[in-house]
Amino acid sequence: MPHIRISSPHVQRPTKTADIMRLVIIATLPGLFGMTFFFGWGTLINVVLASVMAISLEAICIKLRRRPVLFYVRDNSALLTAILLALALPPFAPWWVTATAVFVAIVIAKQIYGGLGQNPFNPAMVGYALVLISFPVEMTRWTAPFDLNGNTWEVLGFADTLTVIFGSWQEIIQAHPYIDSFTSATPLDTLKHRNGLTVEEVWQSSEVMANVGAWYAVSLCYFVGGIFLIYRKIYTWHAPLTLLITLALISAIFFAIDPDNYADPLIHLTTGATMLGAFFIVTDPVSSATSNRGKVVFAAGIAILVYIVRTWGNYPDALAFAVMLMNLCAPFIDQYTQPRSYGYKKPNSGQPSKENHS
Amino acid sequence: MGKVFTFHGGIHPPENKHRSTQLPIATAPLPKLLHIPLQQHIGAASKACVKVGDKVLKGQRIGDAQGDFSVPVHASSSGIVTAIGNHAVPHPSGMPATCISIETDGQEQWIAHSGLADFTALSTAELIDYIRDRGICGMGGAGFPTAVKLHLGDHHIINTLIINAAECEPYISADDLLMRERAEHIIAGIDVLQHLIKASHIIIGIEDNKPQAIRALETAIVGCRYNIDVVSVPTKYPSGGEKQLIQLLTNVEVPHGGIPADVGIVCQNVGTVYAIHRAIAYGESLISRIVTVTGDGVSKPQNFETLIGTPFCTLLEAAGHLQNNTSRLIVGGPMMGYTIDDLEIPVSKTTNCIIAASPREMPAPDPALACIRCGQCEQVCPVQLLPQQLHWYAKSQEYDKAQQHNLFDCIECGACSFVCPSNIPLVQYYRHAKTAIKEEAQDKRKSDIARERFEAKQMREQRAIEEKATKRKARAEQAAKAQAEKQKVAQQPPLDPVGQQQLLKQQVSAEKLNVEQLQQQFAVLQAQSNTEASAIQLGDLQLKKAQLNLQRTEQALLSYQPADCAPDIDIKKLKVAAAMASTKLKKAQQALKNAQEKSQPGIELLTTTILALEKTASSANAAYSDASNHCLATSSTNLASTEPATGAAKKLKIAVAIARTKLKRAQAQLSKATAEGTKNLADLAQSVTDLSAKLSTAEADFKVISEPIQTQPASDSHPSRDQPDLKTLKTMAAIARTKLKKAHSRLEKLSAEEQQDHQLLAEITRLEEKVLLTQASYLQAKDASASQPDAAQNKAAKQASLEEHLQKTLTLFDRAQQALKKAEANKSPAVQKMRISIEKISVKLAAAEHALQQHNSSQDQE
Repeated sequence: MPHIRISSPHVQRPTKTADIMRLVIIATLPGLFGMTFFFGWGTLINVVLASVMAISLEAICIKLRRRPVLFYVRDNSALLTAILLALALPPFAPWWVTATAVFVAIVIAKQIYGGLGQNPFNPAMVGYALVLISFPVEMTRWTAPFDLNGNTWEVLGFADTLTVIFGSWQEIIQAHPYIDSFTSATPLDTLKHRNGLTVEEVWQSSEVMANVGAWYAVSLCYFVGGIFLIYRKIYTWHAPLTLLITLALISAIFFAIDPDNYADPLIHLTTGATMLGAFFIVTDPVSSATSNRGKVVFAAGIAILVYIVRTWGNYPDALAFAVMLMNLCAPFIDQYTQPRSYGYKKPNSGQPSKENHS
Repeated sequence: MGKVFTFHGGIHPPENKHRSTQLPIATAPLPKLLHIPLQQHIGAASKACVKVGDKVLKGQRIGDAQGDFSVPVHASSSGIVTAIGNHAVPHPSGMPATCISIETDGQEQWIAHSGLADFTALSTAELIDYIRDRGICGMGGAGFPTAVKLHLGDHHIINTLIINAAECEPYISADDLLMRERAEHIIAGIDVLQHLIKASHIIIGIEDNKPQAIRALETAIVGCRYNIDVVSVPTKYPSGGEKQLIQLLTNVEVPHGGIPADVGIVCQNVGTVYAIHRAIAYGESLISRIVTVTGDGVSKPQNFETLIGTPFCTLLEAAGHLQNNTSRLIVGGPMMGYTIDDLEIPVSKTTNCIIAASPREMPAPDPALACIRCGQCEQVCPVQLLPQQLHWYAKSQEYDKAQQHNLFDCIECGACSFVCPSNIPLVQYYRHAKTAIKEEAQDKRKSDIARERFEAKQMREQRAIEEKATKRKARAEQAAKAQAEKQKVAQQPPLDPVGQQQLLKQQVSAEKLNVEQLQQQFAVLQAQSNTEASAIQLGDLQLKKAQLNLQRTEQALLSYQPADCAPDIDIKKLKVAAAMASTKLKKAQQALKNAQEKSQPGIELLTTTILALEKTASSANAAYSDASNHCLATSSTNLASTEPATGAAKKLKIAVAIARTKLKRAQAQLSKATAEGTKNLADLAQSVTDLSAKLSTAEADFKVISEPIQTQPASDSHPSRDQPDLKTLKTMAAIARTKLKKAHSRLEKLSAEEQQDHQLLAEITRLEEKVLLTQASYLQAKDASASQPDAAQNKAAKQASLEEHLQKTLTLFDRAQQALKKAEANKSPAVQKMRISIEKISVKLAAAEHALQQHNSSQDQE
């Protein structure tokens, strides 16, 4: 048998990129389940739709770039992007909103930059931000988590949901008189547009806030998935925990100062995209900072931006914007957050200087 | 048990160690041919000291160490040397290297050897030399000469001796088996090391996956007189890395760029310790080692006590090589080992393991995917680098950034590649980047040297052109000066030659001193083999410069020797001087002649004037006689006209008196002129005499005319007729007087010229004397040999040479300083000497400046 000549090391851990992606996808399953449970089939349909589209678009792009299609599609990265995007979109977003978001995420934000590993921005967040700005009305198609009538966990049927997503939602509203509207506010929306009420009063008066438990539950699902990934050492605790702690800290400070006007930390941590972002978006390694210290800075920056936009900005949630802004800063953060290497007194930072050349 | 710390990162690759630990250490079969590489260690390769055909004995030295950073090699078995030449060796490059091939005779006949009865009797240096002579180098992998590691500087105080028994690489069990079976020998080896190092604490660091070895060691250290701890560290690759093990056991980091001794630690591999013991106790050189032969490609994975130089095929066969199940042959462990494809490659002192891997065991790697910056590599890097950043920079060839991310601190352990989910061969990228950077640095160094040479050449050429121009200018100035000096060379007193000579002599001795010093320095520089070639070149250049200076100064001194105090006189110059003097004489004579010729027309004019005067005088005379005759004729008849005639006579009388005075004056002047000795004026004197004679005739005539007037004043009946005649006469006399005056002034002028002629004559005489003198000195110096420029020329030349010397010294000083700077930058050992030389040159510079000042001031005084 001929002996091959090859550089060391000669053994490798069997965990590959596709495995990592698969593990992350697995970790999203509790969240997906939670969303489906509380908000109906919409999210699941969106996930399937987005996945099919994402893989197709990825394959087309790779083909156009004259790379081996199967080899690259198998890395599961497009699938993961699609799932994350679908989870972020409103459950009843029309199909073309999802399609647009996926197209932007896969083709523009990822493949045009050179495919996996080359994208400066988180593809899912680029897609999300684009449709959020472009189709603000459709992007508010959240229903109340479940039907309150008769105190049963009743959600819209599968066929009806399909009709809402692919056809006209007016008919469905007429068919189900108990549904007020598909453009129900999320808790963050509700708290943002209080119409002069204090936070306390909103809590007491709003139906949305009465259903906030559903949001808590979904966040918990994401949290569980994230902890699983940390346990499997897919990523370190640095980015997600920093984000959560920073956000909790800031909101706690403001809540302590003025509880009438500022939401409590729990709301900030458990509603909106916080948990999804902390464990599935901020941890995207490609577009985030590199070193552990860098990840801490990166995640803290996102938390601060999220809080600022949520509290004083025009949008009820801001994770996509915050992530993209910090994506921009990641190379800069990397420069100043090198770890201290063995045998050195302090870490290097900044640009290489001429003295370091010798 | 000591406390165990931790290091950053690390991985847990499948160990696969148990396969080869099932059997005890076996002795590898004796091969027919041993190929013993001359380089099995880091440092200079040893040099063969046997010839082809020589019979060698087991343990006989066959290769001598070259320099301190080297170890000798010994024959592993007895036999005949069949070849000394290139043969495949265990090296990642796969390049062949010089090996000594020995055809074994199967006798295993040892050379006479014996251990040291009491190694403590030897001094540290002797003991270290002994260890070196036994060919011992680090057996953990790198092959660092053990003697070098043990030879510590005075500034290294060692308090901890660490025995590296971690053996963290998967598959390898050589050290494990060694410790299990020969723990006492290891402890005995530690004894020797402890004697050398005298550490206060000895730690044997061993991974906890070798419980039997730990037990064996713990049994062996019972009753040991030293403070030895067997510390089991958690199994985590790469705990066996020297720096990592130090951190694990002491929580101390070896500073970047330093060695463990800097933090008071010496680390030795357990195999090395064993080899030291064998050398000390039995006098055995390092001719064998334990090699693990394992992998799916062998049916009986096992450890072998193997002779150095045994081909791998012999070992693999002994372990039951499954040719068809081997796709990869690895020397060393799976993490840092390298593949080979030649089974004839021999075992060297650092070969600890051979893995014959099956394709299932170590499949060909998948194609690399893009880095997704997952950061797994960063989490496992034991040096806490950012491997993915290094990868990006290495890939994009941004080597400055890679270096800023401490690329050169990478120990190439392979942990990052092991965990990389994208199959990126990260270590290969780092190796490539490191090599590229080193090459770049080397190229830069080369081009720097080339550029410096080129610039030096340009400077040299430029300087030569400038020097030429300056010399040309100086020569032109000198020539002009000499021309001017020649005019008054006779009047100029000679310059003070003694002072100048002394000054030049001083300079010569100073230059001689400088040359000697530089020669010494140069010799020292040449003697130092590690001195940079450029430094030697520079020194050479300085020396040559100084020699040139000396030569020039000596020449200046030689050429300055004045005629009267030295035998070296230039005959030619003297001859030229004599010729010049004679030319001058000739010129002066010509000038005299010219002057004489020039004075000729004056005399002629004068003569003409005199002639004219004579004519006028004679005509006046004639007129006067006519008039007087007329008067005589009429006086008798016209006495009534006597009264006016008397007035006229009176006037005439006055005029005559004046004329007489004038004449007297002229006579006086003429006599004076005559007295001044001009014979050419004889004619003039004659004419003056004539003139005075005529005047006396006129006076006589006047007397004749005035007597009848005086006697018959009233009888003058025609005074009115007589009067105009007298008036005319008077006028004519006045004219004659004026003419006489003019003649006088001419005469005066002439006599002045005569005086000039006299001066010229005197000068000619002096010049003639000088010519004689010069000719005499010329004759005197005819057989002398050196040149004698005239004083002025000499002086100018002297100043020029002084200035040149000063300039030279300045340049020398500058270059020396440049050289020093460079040397300092290069940390050349010659720096101290160069400093001294610069001091000397600066002293010389001051001396040269002083000399030039002195010279200038002396010139000013003159």
